[in-house]
Parts: sequence; structure tokens; C-alpha cells
Amino acid sequence: MLSRKASCDSHGQDSSYFLGWQEYEKNPYHEVQNPNGIIQMGLAENQLSFDLLESWLASNTDALGLKRNGRSVFRELALFQDYHGFPAFKNELVEFMAKLRGYKVAFDPNKLVLMAGSTSANEILMFCLAEPGEAFLLPTPYYPGFDRDLKWRTGVEIVPIHCSSSNDFRITACALEEAYQRAQKLNLKVKGVLVTNPSNPLGSTLNRDELNHLIDFAIKKEVHIISDEIYSGTVFDSPSFISITEAVMEKHVDHETDLLGRIHIVYSLSKDLGLPGFRVGMIYSNNETVVAAATKMSSFGLVSSQTQFLLSNMLSDKKFTSKYIKENQRRLKKRKDMLVSGLRSAGIGCAKSNAGLFCWVDMRYLLRSDTFEAEKELWKRILFEVGLNISPGSSCHCSEPGWFRVCFANMSQETLKVAIRRIEVFAESSSSASGRENLSHQRSVRNSRRSLSKWVFPISSYNDHEPADR
Amino acid sequence: MKPLSRKATCNTHGQDSSYFLGWQKYENNPFDEVRNPNGIIQMGLAENQLSFDILESWLDMNPDAAGFKRDGNSIFRELALFQDYHGLPACKKALVEFMAEIRGNKVTFDPSRLVLTAGSTSANETLMFCLAEAGEAFLLPTPYYPGFDRDLKWRTGVEIVPIHCTSSNGFRITASALEEAYQGARKRNLRVKGVLVTNPSNPLGTTLSLSELNLLLDFITAKDIHLISDEIYSGTVFSSPGFVSVMEVLNGYENTEVWNRVHIVYSLSKDLGLPGFRIGAIYSNDEMVVAAATKMSSFGLVSSQTQYLLSALLSDKNFTKKYLFENQERLKQRHKMLVMGLQKARISCLKSNAGLFCWVDMRPLLHSNTFESEMELWKKIVYDVRLNISPGSSCHCTEPGWFRVCFANMSEATLNLAMQRLKKFVVDSTTNNSNNRSLDHYYSAKNSKKKSLIPKWSLIPKWVFRLSSRDRDRESSDER
Repeated sequence: MLSRKASCDSHGQDSSYFLGWQEYEKNPYHEVQNPNGIIQMGLAENQLSFDLLESWLASNTDALGLKRNGRSVFRELALFQDYHGFPAFKNELVEFMAKLRGYKVAFDPNKLVLMAGSTSANEILMFCLAEPGEAFLLPTPYYPGFDRDLKWRTGVEIVPIHCSSSNDFRITACALEEAYQRAQKLNLKVKGVLVTNPSNPLGSTLNRDELNHLIDFAIKKEVHIISDEIYSGTVFDSPSFISITEAVMEKHVDHETDLLGRIHIVYSLSKDLGLPGFRVGMIYSNNETVVAAATKMSSFGLVSSQTQFLLSNMLSDKKFTSKYIKENQRRLKKRKDMLVSGLRSAGIGCAKSNAGLFCWVDMRYLLRSDTFEAEKELWKRILFEVGLNISPGSSCHCSEPGWFRVCFANMSQETLKVAIRRIEVFAESSSSASGRENLSHQRSVRNSRRSLSKWVFPISSYNDHEPADR
Repeated sequence: MKPLSRKATCNTHGQDSSYFLGWQKYENNPFDEVRNPNGIIQMGLAENQLSFDILESWLDMNPDAAGFKRDGNSIFRELALFQDYHGLPACKKALVEFMAEIRGNKVTFDPSRLVLTAGSTSANETLMFCLAEAGEAFLLPTPYYPGFDRDLKWRTGVEIVPIHCTSSNGFRITASALEEAYQGARKRNLRVKGVLVTNPSNPLGTTLSLSELNLLLDFITAKDIHLISDEIYSGTVFSSPGFVSVMEVLNGYENTEVWNRVHIVYSLSKDLGLPGFRIGAIYSNDEMVVAAATKMSSFGLVSSQTQYLLSALLSDKNFTKKYLFENQERLKQRHKMLVMGLQKARISCLKSNAGLFCWVDMRPLLHSNTFESEMELWKKIVYDVRLNISPGSSCHCTEPGWFRVCFANMSEATLNLAMQRLKKFVVDSTTNNSNNRSLDHYYSAKNSKKKSLIPKWSLIPKWVFRLSSRDRDRESSDER
């Protein structure tokens, strides 16, 4: 009666992780009303800088009231459904994107296509670049929502590029090749690589080596690179963000090959500006055919003209955007430092990170055994006993058990402190209950390889719950 | 290796470049009362521009709705973060109540069965993904909105098989046409998953009759398939017979199989004239369809900023009552203006009671009863008469000579001017063209011919055929 798409579960929303969301919703933490409730740390939302946005809105009521210079533009906006997008908005967006990249790259608004969120953007790129049954390579760990967004209605396959903690989960030429060969063995034609830069769940920006490996790979195999840069505005620490465009320019390969026509960027205002509800996503591509096709496909998810108007006004205020970017990054860094040092005092390390709204936390030593079953057990304990909803690495397809993504920007500072205290108590009781010696042995083994104080691993845990956010 | 997908490189998104011509021409030379009075008048755009003043006045009196405030308190934060694909509860509640109001409260809708999508474009595609596999088919009565060729087929791989309707009975859907289409699909080895109708119809501007609705329900019951009723023009019904929603016919069939297989598509783009805000919806009694469509709506959610504005607007029952009534009155007036203007030009159209357009019969102006002749006529009308209207062939009409002409997307003065131009064209055509029979001769000749194109009982002055010209799917927009 219904299609397979409607009746199957390959939209990727695994019910076992839904549990975390359900539990949270049944018993949500509230400072006053429910101080023993579950603290939501699986939601990669940026709630730190709303006051800046609200203050801008308070001084710019025209933008809200659909007015320009005091005159109503309601009629114009009500009728505006041109899939080429509101020109003023696209101009501001490319300027904003350039600003985030320190003006090392410039973007052409004609190559920008708007659609309702990066969820839509990623799916559209799949429809444009691959046939059903073809594949994209993705480095693990990756955002669990990709299993739905890239595969569900498109029929495209994901083949993981295995990254491991042995080298901070960096993408290597060898891992790329290995993934490619694995795809070949599965009879899957590889159409490209999709990376998230800065990474979700790792919270780190790709380094030059990684970008060069990707570029070399894309040239050699004649495949596409999609760089999902939705966290580009959240880079709060060095090393600075290197966009794929910058990396390609620096390699001076664009005129030798047609690589530039195979580089596509995805962006969104959901993370940098904390506006996931407004559904503002976009694709940037140098490939005319892709831009043309994506433009038509955006019909299936255009951005509300009311929203395009509001945000084009906001982004046109350059003083505001400069102030916002700087202050937002400062606040993110402060929060991240809080979480990291809190974890450290609990004896928990995390991957070194310089971006994002989360840490990639190393809880391997708390596992009963080096297995995903043990990871799931630990995750449940943290959910039910500690009262924290965090995301287990297995949901991000991490190949090593014991890593978790823990978000830090979606609650108040006080709540984060409460969460940290709970972790400290839990870590303490875990060491005493289950074999302090064993734990200290593991810890000293790790310490002998590298000192915890120097090496901090952030963890990102997956949470694709029913209301699904990144 | 082919770098891009077939979807990206082919032309099956349905945007035919020969019709693009009309749009291009318009954009190169758009009519403006003051600055370009000889420019091309846009009559191919099914937009409702008649009642903005009512909306604007509501917005002026309710600044909180657009100002992210509720009872004076800022809810910006809450809205900025709200991306729940279940939709803003207040918005869905207000929307189902509005839908019920449009149907004279003869039906009630459950907000938990409503899925919000970014426009009905998204809703229709989502339903295809939910109800059919690639290579399966939906039956659509012709003439139909040309955008369906893209919306229903492009990325889904679903096929459209036409149900041929003709002017012989006012383009009504018949049992034999349904059966013929079904058999036609089978011969092509296409598995039929359902029927999709637009009610009120685009491009016809007519509401489906009760007997057509019953016919459809009988048909889908017999074939064990779905029915999608695209009711995006339901609020534009301005005269009798009134609107009968398929849901009304289903009252009393709640626990039957067929109840689960009827799905409605709605949008605020036509009734409220807000295509830019991207508000569409799917309503289904089938839980699985609702669940799947809800998840799929992730790919095209409605901006929370807009959901909030709408929830405030549509919860104001004084406003909705006043708006629906006034809007329908204005549409009725405009429609009358167009029909009479056409009559003065000796052009008739299909009798209609809804929509933003007329389905106009220009068969007498064709050199021959062919689509080539229709194209010739269309080009003349675009270039010489300077009216961008939509040729019936783009709506897959089986008979050449029908055009959809919109009446709600310009001022009254502009509409009058358009009618004057058309009248002049018709007069000039009949006097100048020696090959053509005069219109008088045409009308008397066809009445006496055995095989007349128009049945004897349909003498022009009594039987007004309204034509809707195709809503061109032009490069830069998606107007129905």
C-alpha cells in the first residue's frame, strides 16, 4: 500500500537512541522545578548568544514588521517565491561566509542556492551528484542524521572512512583508499567524499594535510568533495579554519583539472547564529549544472521570504555581525574550557578541539569491556543514574567503543556546572566500585603515552531523536 | 564516469523551454501602468493579489505576531530553536480550524494528522515518496497544473498517466475515462498507486461535483489505490455550486479501508496569497503516512517565524471570517469582469466557480484544430497582443485551443486593458485573415455540422466555458 520508504526504518532513526530523548522528555532537568531531572547534553544547539540577536531585533523593528525605510514590503514578500532567492539575502550571506573565512576566499551570490536547512541541502546534493545505489565516502565518526539525510529518499549509500583515536581521528590517505576499495568490493560506484568541517562530532577543524589528502583523492578518482561547513562560525580557537576552497586555491590545481567543478560547500545559519527554527540552509557550487539543478530542486524546500527578509537585514549590519561573530566565539570557547576542565577533574579526557558546540569525550576507561555493548551499558547508566543525555559514539559510527559527544552550548552555565558535578561523582564512584586499580592502571598506561594535561580529546555523542537536531 | 546524476542533467523537471519564451518575453517587457503601458501583461500567474490590504491591516493591529512576542513577552528564543518536525502546535491547530471553516465546518480535522511542509510543492512530492515506488504511477485528470510533471515525477521516479477529460461534458471526470486511464497504465506495465485530483481544479477553476467525488471513491475502492485531493484553492470558491471536500463525502466511512487511503494537500499560497511564506500541509487518516511524511518534512520545514505569525493570524476568528468572505467576493467580481470582457471579445470560457483564472475557449481563433496552431496563436497573443497567458497543451489538455487566463494578479485597470487588447485582436483577426471563417460563420457553421467541435446544445452565449491557462513553470518561479 505504501512505498518502502514510508514503511521501512532506513530513515535511520534508531529506536534505541530514541530512548535517551524519551527519558529526557519524561524527566527534563529544571533548575528550580526539577533539579534531579535529566540534563540534555545531546543537542548541538547554540544558545549562548541570543541576547545579542534579541538586542539587534529590538533596535531594528522594521525588519520584523516587514518594512523597509518605514514602508511596508509585505506584499512584495508575500508574493516572493523565486527559487533564485532574495538577492539582498544572498549578497549578505556570501559576504558573511567570506568574513567567517577571514576574507581569504570570496563567494559569488549567483553560485549560492538557498533551501530550508542544511538537511535539505545535503539531500539535494545527493540527488544532483549520485544515482540510487551509488555511494559517498564519509569519515567516521559522523553526524548520525546523515544516515537519513543522504540515503533515505535518494537511495545513495554511505561507505565509512575509518578514522581512529591513534591519530586524533584524522583522515589519512590510506583510510581514504581503503574505504574506496571497500566500496569497489561492494560493487558501489563512489561519487565523492563528504566531510564536515569543522567536524561533528569531533569539534575540530580539518588540517591542511587532511584537506590535501582529500583533494589528491578527488583528483585521482575524479570524484566530488562536499564540505559541510555549517560549524565554520563556531571556530573559537587555533588552528584557524581552512575552508576547502582555500585549500584548493593554495594547491593551484584548479586550472589543471576540473576539480573546482566538483567542490561543493554546504552552509546553514542553524549553528553559527543559533537559528535552526528558521530553516536557512544553502549550497555553494562552482558547477553551473549543479547550481541550476539545485535551484530547481530547492522548490521542494524554499526559505520563507519573511525569514529571508529579516536575516538579510540582520546580516547587512556589519557592525553587528563582526561583534556577534567575535563575542559568540569567545563565549563558546569559555564554555568548552569549562566542560573540558570539569571533565579533567573527573579524570576524563577528551579529544582536542577548537570548534563546534560539543566535546568528543573519552570514556573508554569506564567501559566494562572494549565493546559496543559495554558502551551502550555505560550510556544507559549515564542516562538513568547520572541523569545526563549524551550521545554514544556508536551512533556516530565510531569504530572504537567508549567515545561520547557531550554538548556544552545548549544550557545555562549553572546547568553545565551541575552536569559536571554529576560526572565527577559518577567517575569517582565508578573508580571505587569497579576496581580502582584497574582504572589507575589504564590511566597510567595512557599517561605514559601522552600526558592528559597536554592531550585533551573532545567527544561528540549522537543524538538523532524524534525532533532531530544536530 | 558521469560526474552528475541523471536528475541533475536531464530535462524531466518538466520546464519546457518553449513556454519559457512567454516568461522571458514578459520579463524583458513587463507592463507597468505608468512606466511601460505597452508592455506585456502577466496573465499566466495564478497569484491572489486582491486581499493584501486585509492582511496588512491585521498585521498593523497585531505587531506581536511578526515581532516574536506573545502577550508582550519575547518568544524569540523559543522560536529560533523550534525545529520540531511535528510543527508548532498552535499553528497546526489554527490551520485545521481554518480548513474546517473553509468547508463550512462540515468536516473537522485532527491536528495530529496534519503535517506541515514548505509549500504544497513539497507536500505533493512527499506524498509521492510515501505512496509509490519509482516506476509506479498516479492517474491525473487533464488538463492539470504543469508543475505536477516536475513535482510528482522528477526526483521520485513516479509516472503520471493522464485521465482524459474533454469539453464535451465540461471536462468532468467520467468512470470510463478513469477506467481507460487505468488500463492504459497497465498496458504500459505501470502499477497504478492512486489518483491525484485538484479540487477546485487548476486550470479549470471548477469544483468537483458530488458525483465525480463518489465516482473517484468507488474507483479507488475497486482498485485498492489511493486518492490525493489537492485542495489548495478551496478558499477561493466564490459562487455555487459550493465546495465539497472529499473528506465531507467520507463522513461516516471512518473505519473503512478507503478512509485511510484519502489524503489532502493544502497550502496558504492561494487562499491567503502568501506563496512566499511557504506554508503547505498534508492531511492523512493513515498513521503510517503521517509518520513517514512527518520525518520527510525535515527536508522542507516551515520557518518557525512564519508558523508563529500564521498561528496568530488564523487563530483570530474575526479575521478569518471576514477575510474568507471578502476575498471570495473580490474574486467573484474579478472573475465576472474577465468573463464579460472576454464575451465582449466574442470569446467564451468554461463556467467556473473558483480559482484565480478562467479556462478560455479560443478554438474559434485557431487556423486548424492542432497544437501547432495553438502554439501559433499563443505566440501571437504574447508578442502582438502582449498578454502572457498559458496554452492548454502545457496543461496536457487533449483539445487544442484552450488557454488559462489569470485574473487575480493585477489591478482592475490592468485587467480592463488586457480585455481591450484581446477584443481588438479578435476583431482584427476576423477582419484581416481571409483564410479564417469569421466568428459568426464559425458559430453558425459549427451548429449545423454533424461533427462539430462543440456540441449543439452549447451555443456560445448561453454556455460560458472558462479557460484556465497553464501556470507556466517558468525559470524563475513556481506559480500555480
